Amino acid sequence: MIGTFPRIPSGCAISGMMSKKGRRMNGEAVIKSIALMHDRSNGLGGGFAAYGIYPDFKNHYAFHILYSSKQNRIDTETYLKDKFIVDRCEPIPTRNVDNITDPPIIWRYFLLVDGKSLYDNAGQPVDERDYVVEAVMYINNCLDGAFVISSGKNMGAFKGVGYPEDIGRFFCLEDYEAYIWTSHGRFPTNTPGWWGGAHPFCLLDWSVVHNGEISSYGINKRYLEMFNYRCELQTDTEVVAYFVDLLHRKQGIPLELTCKILAAPFWQEIDRMEPEQRAVYTAIRQVYGSALLNGPFSFIIANSRAMIGLNDRIKLRPMTVGIKDDMVYMASEESAIREICPDLDEVWTAEAGEPVIAELEEGVEV
Amino acid sequence: MSVYLPAEFNVQIDHTLCRRCRRCVAECGFGTLSFKGDKVVADHKKCVACQRCVSTCPEAAINVVKNPLAYKENHHWTPEHIKNLHKQAATGGMLLTGGGNDKVYKSYFDHMVLDACQVTNPSIDPLREPMELRTYLGSKPDSLEFRYSENGEYKLKTKLNPQVKLDTPIVFSAMSYGAISLNAHKALASAAKECGILYNTGEGGLHKELYCYGENTIVQVASGRFGVNQEYLNRAAVVEIKCGQGAKPGIGGHLPGEKVNREVSQTRMIPEGSDAISPAPHHDIYSIEDLAQLIYAIKEATGYEKPVSVKIAAVHNVAAIASGIARAGADIIYLDGFRGGTGAAPTIIRDNVGIPIEIALAAVDDRLRKEGIRNKVSIIASGGIRSSADMAKAIALGADAVAVGTAALIAMGCRLCQKCYTGSCSWGIATQRPELVRRLNPDKAAQCLINMIRGWSLELKEILGALGVNAVESLRGSRERLRGIGLNETELNILGIKPAGR
Repeated sequence: MIGTFPRIPSGCAISGMMSKKGRRMNGEAVIKSIALMHDRSNGLGGGFAAYGIYPDFKNHYAFHILYSSKQNRIDTETYLKDKFIVDRCEPIPTRNVDNITDPPIIWRYFLLVDGKSLYDNAGQPVDERDYVVEAVMYINNCLDGAFVISSGKNMGAFKGVGYPEDIGRFFCLEDYEAYIWTSHGRFPTNTPGWWGGAHPFCLLDWSVVHNGEISSYGINKRYLEMFNYRCELQTDTEVVAYFVDLLHRKQGIPLELTCKILAAPFWQEIDRMEPEQRAVYTAIRQVYGSALLNGPFSFIIANSRAMIGLNDRIKLRPMTVGIKDDMVYMASEESAIREICPDLDEVWTAEAGEPVIAELEEGVEV
Repeated sequence: MSVYLPAEFNVQIDHTLCRRCRRCVAECGFGTLSFKGDKVVADHKKCVACQRCVSTCPEAAINVVKNPLAYKENHHWTPEHIKNLHKQAATGGMLLTGGGNDKVYKSYFDHMVLDACQVTNPSIDPLREPMELRTYLGSKPDSLEFRYSENGEYKLKTKLNPQVKLDTPIVFSAMSYGAISLNAHKALASAAKECGILYNTGEGGLHKELYCYGENTIVQVASGRFGVNQEYLNRAAVVEIKCGQGAKPGIGGHLPGEKVNREVSQTRMIPEGSDAISPAPHHDIYSIEDLAQLIYAIKEATGYEKPVSVKIAAVHNVAAIASGIARAGADIIYLDGFRGGTGAAPTIIRDNVGIPIEIALAAVDDRLRKEGIRNKVSIIASGGIRSSADMAKAIALGADAVAVGTAALIAMGCRLCQKCYTGSCSWGIATQRPELVRRLNPDKAAQCLINMIRGWSLELKEILGALGVNAVESLRGSRERLRGIGLNETELNILGIKPAGR
């Protein structure tokens, strides 16, 4: 299914919303918000990430998988059963929508990892999440006609070819309740018409929606490959999901500094810093130069406890942030926020290279 | 036995323009011109086409042309082969040459093109936006650790290995004092300081007058160990172990005793007038573990405060060798391709040994990435880098910086006559003859070098802007931004690039 498509540059619209108190809302609002920016997409891709949607399976890895054929599904399920305890598997409910044609077979799986599997050939313990990442990489790269679109706990991605509002209705998102919703409308300049190529891109509980193009993709990809991430999708956005996984989850770099690696300050700024901060940022630029994301972008990156807005360091893409009570909104246009929350407490334009990080309040369990 | 070889060039003097000032007679380092009777006459056989007389004649009365003398056409026995055989028949020696390999091997730089942004991602105007070329050479860790401090800021926990800053990703290649003049060295050193980059002493030691440029100096430890002492090592920003040179892989060097004057003798720490012989291998490096010992001996001697570079020639197995060097503890690998220059080398070696830098660089960068050790070393690529375009392509293939030798010499006036080994350089560069050396004004030559580095840097910024990135690290190793034209599939595969149109 993958590996044969050329890389697809794209424009886009993004919108995200989060309750810092962990209140869950259905998908109506986020669909309304992204629908307002209809003209920023061209009907060739739309998608959503939702957090908190599977409270009954919150300790399970929820795999959303696209298949080209029934045989591909059977082959992949054989692999899944070998690697995981499959507690439940089912087709993801969809409804007929006029503009959505030729969808793939879409299933979801609630998986547990048997502790006995978590040893490598040498008998050394393996981190459970590394084990899951490896399985995702294997399915996406080595199994024909199967593509894992999300693999986190208590979250999921819903995406495909079409306008985002149509994709939202196709997946019956009004039936899901989430405390974080992110969404994407895509304007690729060419397309293979492939559902897996739509946003968000997800790995474990990370999801990324992206407006823009990563001009440094070539080196970002080669850098990630050194750490065994395989970027075979040829879409620039996937590198962001892998970077947050590598830098934050695996290397333990705080979220704020992870963002500062991806959109690093300019040397002229670093040279003016106090010595200790200068040392931090000089080292970041020296060591993580290949992880610098260069080119126009605005991202909304999310995980189970946070939603992060990030712009490229010369702000070549738009991003507005709004706050109302416990709600945080981020979108390509202010209008998309006002559409669903006209009366905001605060609203501002995110600055170049400055991450906006919204986190669940302390003590909130989800 | 005498050699009846025809002249390579003809010196044409327009006697109607010539005002008999005899300047050309004095300017020619090779004794081609003399004043006989009432006019300047040329001994054409001595002319090397260095263009010194042409450039300095106040009346523009001189021209040098290729001798049109015809050999019977023969695609196998070219005039060069015939001439070389005659020379060898007469002398029984190895034929020497200077400069870099000038044969018609494929230049891969000329078969690669760069990308640019159109519409979907904006290009960036370097006149309006910051455009960053700053580069640090040195070994980097795979990750950093931070700690959260009382005042709410993150502090750096990891201690990095020494890093040397370049304001633009260029260094001057290794050219020794002895091979080139002190004035040339002064120009390179002061230009490096002005540009915030590095120059390289080569294997000829460091003249005391250049100690003040230590922060911008790479000092070499070569097989002859000329001029190596504690102070020499500690003056430098980087210490380089020279294992090989692109122009003459696998062989040593020979500076004839005539060039070893008092100053050269003191700098190299050898007797005046004695030949300076660099053995082919280091006599304490016969294996990779020996190299590791020398790397750590140098690190001990310099308190682990300076990156140690290892320079090797690009040869067939360069990727595996580079991997060994990285694992042996080097901080920088300096790769020199077969187009790299030399002050003197056997022609047969220069023209037939080694591989192109583009290929070697791609293979090394790939190998180090596959082994997950690319961060451990910086890569400097050299050997025929002619322009900022070659530099940008080398960086896209994976170089951290490029080294320029021949280009720097040309900026100082060199016309690439390739007679460096004669010591008669009319431009005062590759010579120790005082009357020739003083022709090269170090300040003016430095300004020429500064101009060149500035020009290349501006062009590199323009290229980055067109690529839609504003930092050189976003081009480094980004082979996605290169396409091949006229390359076969194997070549594309080795270079790691797609053909144009894909």
